[in-house]
Amino acid sequence: MMPSAQETGARAAEWLEQRERGPWGEDEQAALDAWLAQSFAHRTAYWRVSEAWNEAERLRVLERSAIDKDRVTAVPRPLLIGIAAAVAVIAVSGLAASYFFLRPAERTYTTDVGGRELITFADGTQIELNTDTVLRTRMTTGQRIVWLDKGEAFFRVKHDAAHPFNVIAGAHRITDLGTEFLVRRDPGRLEVALVEGSAQFGAGEGQRQSVPLLLAPGDDVVATAQSMSVTKKASHDLANKMGWRRGVLVFKHTALSAAATEFNRYNREQIVVSDAATANLTISGTFPANDLRPFTEVVQSVFRLRVGRSGGEIVLSRQ
Amino acid sequence: MSTSALQDWFVREVLPLEAALMQFLRRSSRNRSEADDLRQEVYVRICEAAQNEIPVPARPFVFTVARNLLIDRARREQIVSIEAVADLGALEIVADEPEPDRSVIARQQLRRLQSALDRLPGRCRQAVILRKIDGLSYREIATRMGIAEDTVSKHLREGMYVLADALHSEISETSGGS
Repeated sequence: MMPSAQETGARAAEWLEQRERGPWGEDEQAALDAWLAQSFAHRTAYWRVSEAWNEAERLRVLERSAIDKDRVTAVPRPLLIGIAAAVAVIAVSGLAASYFFLRPAERTYTTDVGGRELITFADGTQIELNTDTVLRTRMTTGQRIVWLDKGEAFFRVKHDAAHPFNVIAGAHRITDLGTEFLVRRDPGRLEVALVEGSAQFGAGEGQRQSVPLLLAPGDDVVATAQSMSVTKKASHDLANKMGWRRGVLVFKHTALSAAATEFNRYNREQIVVSDAATANLTISGTFPANDLRPFTEVVQSVFRLRVGRSGGEIVLSRQ
Repeated sequence: MSTSALQDWFVREVLPLEAALMQFLRRSSRNRSEADDLRQEVYVRICEAAQNEIPVPARPFVFTVARNLLIDRARREQIVSIEAVADLGALEIVADEPEPDRSVIARQQLRRLQSALDRLPGRCRQAVILRKIDGLSYREIATRMGIAEDTVSKHLREGMYVLADALHSEISETSGGS
């Protein structure tokens, strides 16, 4: 005898709400997956409640289009009158209604220098933005497109064969086939590292189409205007590339100049390496991305460098 | 058939039929929760079948499964109500109803959303609005409403549950057609 539909429905709502509230990590997802795997009753109940909750997203459209700006106290009464009015207005014209519903929900997300942000979408897809990043999304029932205009982001995409997930970064496009990957866009250079699953790497909007490259886990693509390379990275190398998700930078025999460049992405205070000999010293270790002190103390004591501060700069030079 | 393809089909093709399905199941049920249980069992059966191959079109398939379920139940309980028999005969008519076009569905959905919101208890409705319209965090909602975050959770859980019923199961005034 299966549990009553009301019990199952209530349990499904509990799961959905727990996910809505967060934090939602791998353990939580695994627990939910296990529950879902138990029966179709669980799965359909969860799909049903999630779909309704997503559907309620349309309330937001109403709010933007029809409810007055100065709803400072946000009590339900005037809002509901606003919604009722909007419903009345929209119901007058089918055209208007389709306009509101079909208008793509496009949003822009940005992080400041040193910032980091995790965005979770209704379909379960997560995007984690690294420092100094600009990302635009268009998530509708028909398509999922993200533009990485600047910076770096880690994607954990909920695969949906009917709605492929596309990341467009300058001249390139990454199309997921169910996957986790990292995209980093620097001036004149794009890097894509595939952690899990598979993805296609191809030409972006308005570019001459070429045969897309099929990426496998560990593949690290670096594309510039002139060249493109694919190398296979060990999983710990990939994990190091994603240290920022834990708030750290991981260096392995990294030239001091390259390390400085990395730190400078995360901090307003900029590290300057004064001469070539200093720039070529290599360093290994894990450092907090947003705090320069541990790094400067290490280079000072290990390499016996001089650390000078002036006008927002930290200058590393020989003694 | 992958789980995500099955989910996609279920959400796109089956859920929109729920209001009509519930109308059908309720006529053969003693009470609301029995109709809900029948719906749950219909969904389990159609997913088991659809795992191997997605039935196209969905509508006659869903209603055939529902009818078979009612027949099974009638056999098991050795009671066939007059209404149930009458409904089984009327099934073909229900199943052949044309699909409303997309913009009509959109408008109906909006009305349903509105009436669903109206059905939420006051505090629960307020929490749903602060979350869905204002996009506030749990902490902000808790502060605004002067309640604990766990109470916000409780309100939202209830809101999700009621919205699911109201959006999928309820016949809106315009879509009933009867």
